[in-house]
Amino acid sequence: MVYLTRKAEFSASHYYQNPAFTPEENQRVFGKCNNPNGHGHNYTLEVTVKGAVDPTTGFVVDLKQLKEIMSREVLDALDHRFLNKEVPEFFKQIPTTENLAIAIWQRLAPKLNAAQLHRVRVYETPDLFVDVYGEV
Amino acid sequence: MTTTGMKAHLTRRYMFSASHRLHSDELSEEGNRATYGKCNNPYGHGHNYMVEVTVSGPVDAATGMVCNLVDLDGFVHKAIVDRYDHQNLNLLPEFAKEVPTTENLCIAIYEIMKRGFHKAHLEKIRIEETMMNSFEYLGESSR
Repeated sequence: MVYLTRKAEFSASHYYQNPAFTPEENQRVFGKCNNPNGHGHNYTLEVTVKGAVDPTTGFVVDLKQLKEIMSREVLDALDHRFLNKEVPEFFKQIPTTENLAIAIWQRLAPKLNAAQLHRVRVYETPDLFVDVYGEV
Repeated sequence: MTTTGMKAHLTRRYMFSASHRLHSDELSEEGNRATYGKCNNPYGHGHNYMVEVTVSGPVDAATGMVCNLVDLDGFVHKAIVDRYDHQNLNLLPEFAKEVPTTENLCIAIYEIMKRGFHKAHLEKIRIEETMMNSFEYLGESSR
């Protein structure tokens, strides 16, 4: 089994608000992130797949295909978007880094055939990242 | 707590600067020099330590979070960064008997987190002593 990681970057804006909370609760729980005008991050995405090395190609996965899937399923949908208003997963869910990593996992996992998705890592800043392994 | 159904691991990086000297009372002067080399300098030396704290758990549907970063940052700044930043590690009680290697520092920080932070499950402490050296501790079961 070999693990292969491909990186990508995207920039997006978001804010945190739970409509079930009062304005005071939203402010207390989410602080600065509650500003309804939104704020943005340069996100770094790391997608790790695992699999056996194909004896003919020497590949775990064709990187070109992986890059295309990541672009189509994730980057085209998220890059330079306001996550709360433009990405369906976040019409109801709060676009925290945790939920973003889970949404990216759910977008990628069904599209990967040759290799199996092992981990999705999303850096919101260099000092904060979330890993998802598909565990429930 | 209602959850969104998938578990996530959240990692936050913190930094502090501290000095130490690697010296074991169980070794002779020659033994200490042979084992620890430059790190045995009696005057000590320092590092910028970069600490990664990884916690995990289900994602709360109401907040979208494994745990609130304000709680994690608040705890780590008070219990870890304020404790170690600009200190001589050898003078702290946890290193009265233990040598303040980054291995032992990982274990000490893991124990402080495990004892005091209960808002999410502690997965791992990882420390970069320099850009070339890093250490990880995942608790007793992985030792």
